[in-house]
Amino acid sequence: MIIHVENPALEIHNLTVSYHRKPVLWDIDLTVPQGTLAGIIGPNGAGKSTLIKSVMGLLPADSGYAQMFGEPLDRVRRRVSYVPQRESVDWDFPASALDVALMGRYARLGLFRRPRAADREMAMDCLKKVGMDGFAARQISQLSGGQQQRVFLARALAQDADLYLMDEPFAGIDAATEAAVIQLLTEMKQAGKTVIVVHHDLQSAADYFDWIVLLNMRLVASGPTDQIFTQELLERAYGGRLNVLSQVGELLQKQQFPARERKG
Amino acid sequence: MDTILDALMLSNPNVRYVVFGSVLLGCAAAVVGAFTVLRKRSLVGDAVAHSVLPGVCGAFLVTQTKHPLALLIGAFISGWLSLVVIDFITRKTRVKEDSAIGIVLSVFFGAGILMLTAIQQTGSAAQSGLDKFLFGKAASMLLDDVMIFGGVAALLIAIVALFFKEFFLLSFDRDFARVIGLRVPLLDLLLSTMTVLAVVVGIQAVGVVLMAALLITPAAAARYWTERLGIMVVLAGLFGMMAGVTGAYISTAAPSMPTGPWIVVVTSVVFLLSVLFAPRRGVVAQAVRYKRNRTQITDENILKALYQMGESASEFTTVHSTEEIHGHRRMQLLTLQQGLARLRRQGYVEHHHRGWCLTSEGIERGKRVARLHRLWEVYLSRHLHLAPDHVHDSAESIEHILTPELEEQLASELNYPEVDPHNSPIPYRKKAKQKPETGTRNA
Repeated sequence: MIIHVENPALEIHNLTVSYHRKPVLWDIDLTVPQGTLAGIIGPNGAGKSTLIKSVMGLLPADSGYAQMFGEPLDRVRRRVSYVPQRESVDWDFPASALDVALMGRYARLGLFRRPRAADREMAMDCLKKVGMDGFAARQISQLSGGQQQRVFLARALAQDADLYLMDEPFAGIDAATEAAVIQLLTEMKQAGKTVIVVHHDLQSAADYFDWIVLLNMRLVASGPTDQIFTQELLERAYGGRLNVLSQVGELLQKQQFPARERKG
Repeated sequence: MDTILDALMLSNPNVRYVVFGSVLLGCAAAVVGAFTVLRKRSLVGDAVAHSVLPGVCGAFLVTQTKHPLALLIGAFISGWLSLVVIDFITRKTRVKEDSAIGIVLSVFFGAGILMLTAIQQTGSAAQSGLDKFLFGKAASMLLDDVMIFGGVAALLIAIVALFFKEFFLLSFDRDFARVIGLRVPLLDLLLSTMTVLAVVVGIQAVGVVLMAALLITPAAAARYWTERLGIMVVLAGLFGMMAGVTGAYISTAAPSMPTGPWIVVVTSVVFLLSVLFAPRRGVVAQAVRYKRNRTQITDENILKALYQMGESASEFTTVHSTEEIHGHRRMQLLTLQQGLARLRRQGYVEHHHRGWCLTSEGIERGKRVARLHRLWEVYLSRHLHLAPDHVHDSAESIEHILTPELEEQLASELNYPEVDPHNSPIPYRKKAKQKPETGTRNA
């Protein structure tokens, strides 16, 4: 079941993405409405992170495209924020929590300009919103996993965007942090922001999100939680890979075959 | 002796150039190197350093002069070419990056040596001194060299200052830099170019073989002293300047010696001192912390032993001989004796005729260790469902690190149990024994 909406925050059109020529996402076509807190759900290896990385232009697509607010990413970068997985950076880096939060202001500052007092104040505010204002000067390697995740969230808040894409913000954090984060995301939604979260825990998904995208190498379903969270659809997403699809993917990789013929 | 004095006084204008030039290029190489280190590209930096040699020789073959500008351009081209080839091999073949770096380094450097030998055999008069680029010779820098190499070095430092924010983000989180619309490929290109240039200006002083000492070592040493990027870059620059000055002085005082090895000595000593003595990250600081932990564990084990012996006799101020304590708690006899002496100095035990007994402070501390030990055993058996005979070893170490806050949390979460899994009573402080929650629940 795939439900499309008018005037979406995010539209993904016919997107196919490969790693080393092996397609990991096949023809994804979906829309996410504005002002929702949406979850991308699926088993390990379903391509959830790949999907948002490709949407953010970090991975090339074999075919298809993504648009935010009806525009390509390049024209709306300021309105879009991305929170990478916590493990994607080396936290043993000479930087403080405030330094990282300030990075959220860089796009607005432009080249050569140093962060101003107003930017520092804004970054401190964002640290406060995630409960990390007491750790602003702390070196980032001395923060716990949950605290590092919160610093990443503060950086995203400092971007002051309209659409937030977050890759596993709940991975490896304690229950208290998770509750604080989901509270924050809900407040963001109420303020009219759109938040799309890659999430691995089926248990909490129905409580957290009002829109759900079920993914397992292909799009299984996309729509409001109450229509998507059915036994049948969940079984289709989690009931193992489509055998032939996986085999075709491996064949493409083995033969070094392009997933799409070149256009023109 | 006179030469050293001359050099130190900077009275000779030629020496002044050499010192000034060496300071600038030492600083520039180290500052650029800070980002090379943080981006984990140190090996690439070393490969580039070795790869500029064929460019230097090629420039000489084409122009038949040692003009610094010609050498700089030649070195720049072959340094750049090495980067392109490493990138090409990594991207287009199955060879991994580390192998590609090894291959490119040896092939380029080999080609350079071959060309150098060929030039030397032609016996061209102007070629004398080209081999200085192997191990460096700061003293051979002339005003022209200093102007050009120093100028490039100053430019590099200026660019780092200008793009500090962008390089910071690029080194920490590339994906985020791309997502907010920074031109990451362009910045990569800029940083790579700067690395090549830093190498090119540095080789006059250090030589291609030992260039890594100026590019990598100061930055790696600086990392030990600070957790702030700005300070790290400045420190690396200072270390690089120190190396530059030392190299210049030694090179003028003893012209027959190559400069590179001396610069390596300076940066290596700085690095070694950093590894040993830096606060927190240094080896000594870690050893002190380790020793403090060991001492605390010994002390608390002795106090706990005395407390437990008092428990079984229901009398905590009995005097026990060292042998008795040793029989209760196995440890090195010498460790025990030293520990007892220390605890006596600190006022936790008293020494009486042929034995030791706890003071009231000692009883409290011994009691606390026994309490933490038993509380942790209860926690493990209740929440991790471990059998009673599996909980002791963990409690032996956890009893020493629990903070008062965690102790309180632990006790209230377990609702102040009376006994541990082995049925030993848990000794609370007088106040904490009244279960505070019971009252609230009833109300």
